[in-house]
Amino acid sequence: MIDFELSEEQQMIRDSVGGFAREEIRAAARPADESGIIPPELVAKAWQFGLVSGAIPEQFGGGGDARSAVTGAIVAEELAFGDFAIALHVLAPRLFAFPILEMGTDEQRAKFLKHFCGADFAAATAAIMEPRFDFDLTAMQTIAKRDGAGFILDGIKCNVPLASESNNILVYAATDAGKGFAGVDAFIINRNARDAPGVTISEREKNMGLKALATYELTLNDCRVDADARLGGDKGIDFSRLMSESRVAFAAMGVGVANAAYEYARDYAKERKAFGVPIATKQAIAFILADMAIEIDASRLLIWEAAAKLDKGGDALKESYLAKNYVAASALKITDNAVQVLGGHGYIREHPVEMWLRNARGLAAIDGIATV
Amino acid sequence: MIDFELEPQVVNRLKMYRMVSEQMMRPISRDCDEHEHVKPTQFYESMWSASAMAEVQVGNDKDKAGDGAKADAGPKLRNLYTVLSTEELCWGDAGLFLSTPNAGLGGAAVMAAGTAEQKERFLKRFREGKPKWGAMAITEPGCGSDSAAVTTTATRDGDHWVINGTKIFCTAGEMAAEKSEGFVVVWATVDKSAGRAGIKPFVVEHNTPGMDVVRVENKLGIRASDTAAIVFDNCRVPFDHLLGSAEVKREGGFKDVMATFDATRPIVAAMAIGVGRAALDFVRDFLKEQKVAIRYGISPRRLTTIERDFMEMEVQLQAARLLTWRAAWMLDLGKRNSLEASMAKAKAGLAVTLITQKAVELLGPIGYSRKHLVEKWMRDAKINDIFEGTQQINMIIIARRILGYSSKELN
Ligand SMILES: Cc1cc2nc3c(=O)[nH]c(=O)nc-3n(C[C@H](O)[C@H](O)[C@H](O)COP(=O)(O)OP(=O)(O)OC[C@H]3O[C@@H](n4cnc5c(N)ncnc54)[C@H](O)[C@@H]3O)c2cc1C
Ligand SMILES: Cc1cc2nc3c(=O)[nH]c(=O)nc-3n(C[C@H](O)[C@H](O)[C@H](O)COP(=O)(O)OP(=O)(O)OC[C@H]3O[C@@H](n4cnc5c(N)ncnc54)[C@H](O)[C@@H]3O)c2cc1C
Repeated sequence: MIDFELSEEQQMIRDSVGGFAREEIRAAARPADESGIIPPELVAKAWQFGLVSGAIPEQFGGGGDARSAVTGAIVAEELAFGDFAIALHVLAPRLFAFPILEMGTDEQRAKFLKHFCGADFAAATAAIMEPRFDFDLTAMQTIAKRDGAGFILDGIKCNVPLASESNNILVYAATDAGKGFAGVDAFIINRNARDAPGVTISEREKNMGLKALATYELTLNDCRVDADARLGGDKGIDFSRLMSESRVAFAAMGVGVANAAYEYARDYAKERKAFGVPIATKQAIAFILADMAIEIDASRLLIWEAAAKLDKGGDALKESYLAKNYVAASALKITDNAVQVLGGHGYIREHPVEMWLRNARGLAAIDGIATV
Repeated sequence: MIDFELEPQVVNRLKMYRMVSEQMMRPISRDCDEHEHVKPTQFYESMWSASAMAEVQVGNDKDKAGDGAKADAGPKLRNLYTVLSTEELCWGDAGLFLSTPNAGLGGAAVMAAGTAEQKERFLKRFREGKPKWGAMAITEPGCGSDSAAVTTTATRDGDHWVINGTKIFCTAGEMAAEKSEGFVVVWATVDKSAGRAGIKPFVVEHNTPGMDVVRVENKLGIRASDTAAIVFDNCRVPFDHLLGSAEVKREGGFKDVMATFDATRPIVAAMAIGVGRAALDFVRDFLKEQKVAIRYGISPRRLTTIERDFMEMEVQLQAARLLTWRAAWMLDLGKRNSLEASMAKAKAGLAVTLITQKAVELLGPIGYSRKHLVEKWMRDAKINDIFEGTQQINMIIIARRILGYSSKELN
């Protein structure tokens, strides 16, 4: 039955994560963007929310909470409202842990999930993107070929968050090229991936935005893995579902950034006077702000709809794809307009809006990071 | 808990509206459009007798005997249900939807501003006898968006009001004023010096002397719906035809009347969405026939322009729809929804203008041809960005709300 209200529990999570993001993450965002360093204390504090361990079953030492894509979207949005890059950093271990949780074999779950239930941040990640303009999840050029019982992986991945500090990396590769989503599998590369044979991790990447997030290129050259490295064993994975989840979370972060920019611009416009009146009293500015408000709500509803469908076990490929592409455009437009509302001051790095514009641009460029 | 799934009973009910659309509206769509002022009387009769119409009678709060629809939807979700059925019927034909005999906007005004006794007295007729129409007349040649500037006057004369002025663009005005036993709710000022506080709604019964339909407009779209210009020349109505209180208060009064729009804007948004979905469905079926696949999930940089356009149409429609559902749902829960209602209306008006224009563009000569209905839908869609508050007026309302500004500060 149609309902637009969060559950009490979701409201509580939203308030607590949101409060932390508003105050502590936001304060760290600009220095992190300039220096490329996220304070470890901040990451440790975020970890205490049980962002990863909460959903891991009690038998592995986790909180055993039911996983919900809607709740995941709410958390992702709130964190990114504080800072997109920091949100991606603290959620990066989900890229590894959640696919194992959801689609791993019993052995894989038993072996890996406990790593995420300790008191300290456990870096882990996934390698999905490839450095090509036309990179397509359904036509990967990273290939995994059968080799006896195991596989040989070849290809180049990029935008792999925390690759350097992660002991566990999930690498996605085509095992049956031409089969689209169904032809993709994921492989666990572990035990200090830097030293795994056939794996090379580049220098830290340099991007226009999301500069606080450490990402790397990862080259696989004749990289051999055992059969048990294949996520889900013989059954493999439901890659389409994983990517739907990923898109929902990534899009939710886009809304978080857009909302940050909107609120900032709105408050600024009420303060800033030009021609003797607050600029917000001019329709040219007021309509921009009204449009931002509409688009934030519309974007969020599209995401929640896709997420609610995932929560019911449905196929939300179409909904999540449309929502993510919608948000990629709306978040860019909203952050761009925030810069515009601040005029020349929006262009200056003293204000955060230019950073949000650079960060929001990442939504259209990146696919397949941030699972819910 | 966040949920966007309709209950099976509701889905089933909507299938009935779909049948009405397919069997009673679509077959006469083109003909009604081409013969603008010819009345589809047979359609009126069928719709009037179809109990299925109960829910779209805006402002008619009485359950019809034996009508199970509301019970299905749950009494709490009445506005949401109206929005859903409106979309379904406007998928059929928005012009015919607007011309359907019912209390219409006049009924909405009675519901919003009338006393319990007035509601019963004026709305009873819509549950019995022959087809009837209700209309609302606010707009004047000299004032549209600025509805507080109406110049039509109502002067007290003993136990009557005497109304003078000219109203234009009155939907179903001809049917309500002259062609049925309906009524027109007219906005007039009882005290010009009081500004907006002096504006009151009056019920003027059909064929009241001094009320004359002087013109029925020729329009771009929704041609099945009559849009009338009505002149009031010393038109006398009984004292108790003023809806609500005759007292001129500085506060309240006008605001209450404006609150009518909180309920009707989501419905207008839903009308837009119905038309937009008609166009989208047509394009989808057409592309399928042509074996053009829409590939969801691949890199957006590998999409064809047709795929991109189609997906954009699809997601814009869904964004508008979700905003609309939310606005109606809030009303059902008794929450103040002015902001959300304007968001829905602003988004839907714009989105569906774009969607229908895109549909014509995508289909090339087929889209432009009067052989199909796509070009008509583009013409029909446009009105939704204009009436019940233009795009700009809704943006002002939204901006005022998010900025905490009064109408003086932002206008
Ligand atoms: C990199 C850079 C280089 C520059 N170089 C120079 C230079 O060499 N010389 C120089 O003198 N200046 C320079 N400027 C300043 C620049 O011209 C101003 O920033 C610009 O004119 C906008 O003024 P503002 O920043 O005070 O914005 P504001 O005037 O505060 O405007 C804020 C927002 O309100 C809008 N707005 C303002 N008034 C109205 C209105 N009446 N109706 C509707 N909307 C309104 C604006 O369009 C804007 O979106 C530079 C700025 C930058 C960022
Ligand atoms: C088919 C049809 C059916 C209708 N049905 C009814 C009905 O049943 N009853 C009824 O009373 N009316 C009805 N209307 C009238 C309708 O509500 C008005 O046309 C509408 O409110 C706009 O008013 P206007 O046409 O006078 O335009 P104007 O108010 O003159 O507006 C012209 C343009 O200026 C813009 N504008 C106006 N004020 C501002 C502002 N402050 N800031 C920025 N932009 C502004 C508008 O957005 C618009 O783009 C109907 C109209 C049509 C065409």
